[in-house]
Amino acid sequence: MGKTLAEKVWESHVVRKGDVVGSEAQPDLLYIDLHLVHEVTSPQAFEGLRLAGRPLRRPDLTIATEDHNTPTLDIDKPIADLTSRTQIETLRSNCREFGIRLHSLGDAEQGIVHIIGPQLGLTQPGLTVVCGDSHTSTHGAFGALAMGIGTSEVEHVMATQTLSLKPFRTMGITVEGTLKPGVTSKDIILAIIAKIGTGGGQGYVLEFRGSAIRALSMEARMTVCNMSIEAGARAGMVAPDDTTFDYLKDRPHSPKGEHWDAAVADWRELRTDDDAVFDAEVFLDADDLEPFVTWGTNPGQGVSLSQSIPAPEDFADENDRAACERALEYMALAPRTPMKDIRVDTVFLGSCTNSRIEDLRIAADIIRGRTKDPAIRMMVVPGSARVRLEAEAEGLDQVFKDFGAEWRFAGCSMCLGMNPDQLAPGERCASTSNRNFEGRQGKGGRTHLVSPVVAAATAVRGTLSSPSDLDPVPPPVALRPAASATTAV
Amino acid sequence: MEKITTHTGIGVPLRQSNVDTDQIIPAVYLKRITRTGFEDALFAEWRKDGNFILNREPYTRASVLVAGPDFGTGSSREHAVWALKDFGFKAVLSSRFADIFRGNSGKQGLVAAQLLQDDIELIWKVLDNEPGAEVTVDLEARTAVCGSVTAPFQIDDYTRWRLLEGLDDIGLTLRHEEDITAFEGRRPAHKPTTLPALLQG
Ligand code: SF4
Repeated sequence: MGKTLAEKVWESHVVRKGDVVGSEAQPDLLYIDLHLVHEVTSPQAFEGLRLAGRPLRRPDLTIATEDHNTPTLDIDKPIADLTSRTQIETLRSNCREFGIRLHSLGDAEQGIVHIIGPQLGLTQPGLTVVCGDSHTSTHGAFGALAMGIGTSEVEHVMATQTLSLKPFRTMGITVEGTLKPGVTSKDIILAIIAKIGTGGGQGYVLEFRGSAIRALSMEARMTVCNMSIEAGARAGMVAPDDTTFDYLKDRPHSPKGEHWDAAVADWRELRTDDDAVFDAEVFLDADDLEPFVTWGTNPGQGVSLSQSIPAPEDFADENDRAACERALEYMALAPRTPMKDIRVDTVFLGSCTNSRIEDLRIAADIIRGRTKDPAIRMMVVPGSARVRLEAEAEGLDQVFKDFGAEWRFAGCSMCLGMNPDQLAPGERCASTSNRNFEGRQGKGGRTHLVSPVVAAATAVRGTLSSPSDLDPVPPPVALRPAASATTAV
Repeated sequence: MEKITTHTGIGVPLRQSNVDTDQIIPAVYLKRITRTGFEDALFAEWRKDGNFILNREPYTRASVLVAGPDFGTGSSREHAVWALKDFGFKAVLSSRFADIFRGNSGKQGLVAAQLLQDDIELIWKVLDNEPGAEVTVDLEARTAVCGSVTAPFQIDDYTRWRLLEGLDDIGLTLRHEEDITAFEGRRPAHKPTTLPALLQG
């Protein structure tokens, strides 16, 4: 019988099969190719190494950045919050002590840990990638097996470059068809989560496949894999193809010369065999998809933008009904309200789900030449300093600023509100991030998860909207002949 | 991790059931970036009372906690074990432990010995009559001895073996270091490294 992509990557990393103790097989010991580190989940792991007098085994397979707890304004000044500052300074001294490459605030490669790995070309097909952060699943878009881990495991990887892992099950998620204009990969993954539920992926590694996935850019695939975690999965993957190789070619850490050819030859093997069998399968039709938005307080509580908020009695399951009631109360929403009638206060364009250059371009294209609803506060937080630089080179920052949005420095920002970027109690936000839990973006804050397309259109109209709801952009005002028109340009 | 075969130290009777990890270490201490120095955090709320047993001599020097049933329930925080160890505890005796707490203890080298509640009561009596009496926790023989009381305890084979050998998870993996090194020798040359840093212009 053939093998799935996930099984192939797993098997090529087994250092040692698990012993059998009593009647139970211990987990396999897997080699880890890339360990990503950030300030929040690493300090106790470093201290553990120090206490045990152990070295970090492979500094050359480890990279660190500052993202969760960093400010997005005044980054040249000392961090005002003392706990945050201590955490950042601790990461800096730990990286110095253990010889780890660190991209600090202000550095051109600093940014959200899941944005910088792909950007540097460090995330590659067939690798095992770990990080003390659940959204490590993002890197699966390259055909890597990428998983979030806890602090004890972070220490284990630091000391041994391996991890003991329990076996997983495989789930094939096939998305066939063509997305309509204005529908994005964010809508695909939100629709999948609404379909299988936030626990639907538990114990599974998901593989996203089908013509609609193949047609996605690398950045769009990352958005899908990023939110595998919101479906409860261990990881999400997409088999690498020419789109993947084109993205990786000539990145700083991509293989060069003959290594490139050897790598691509290996990577082409990384696909699920035709006769392989998944433990579970799910199918989704891309043709029918519409922009998807959440109304509740978990990522599975979503509907199409053209629909209305459900009522508790719509749910057959008693727990779902109670969850709906609780969510509507927290979100201060009435059943049957059309989603498009919901007014928001804030639009957040950012996070490891949707803050790459393509996301910014898509949003900028929608708002260019339009005016922001005056009551809306819009924050644009590029995923990395490099994305910010790129956007500025293309003039996107000016588009956002002219529109009246705040143009910030890179980091996790309002995705989790660990820094000052938070919602006020009761404030309602259309957010391109991945979690709409109670209080996630600030105590009492209310989050609607949306795509960058919906985020941009919402900022124009003030209510949850898609670009098709917008008036056409007025034609540019004819330029007045300037007095100096006859002189040189 | 230190090897433990047998440990003898002052026993402290904690006559309470359902001591949850929020009591062992309140949430405010979780913001810290260290994994040591939690001795002040152990039972922080209870220790505000000067009469609390751990504030009294000779128990400030205790190293064996003899607790009531259902010790370590609630949140999974590893900090609870760190705090007990930082205070100086090497073993906790109880008739029932929460699973996660028991697991975390094994990982961090704290002996979680499960006795019969009747035996716990007998040990409490000795400790009450003779404040400062020592308890010997013998991991080889799986017995706890205090005064005239000798009581058997349970601990699973795997955890006991690891404690006797002084092996934490990392230590265990490092026993297979040769396998790791051999694997590293087989890795394809085209796999990326983070060092030296290659940067774009
Ligand atoms: S952007 Fe949000 S989800 Fe992503 S790593 Fe940061 S905090 Fe986690």
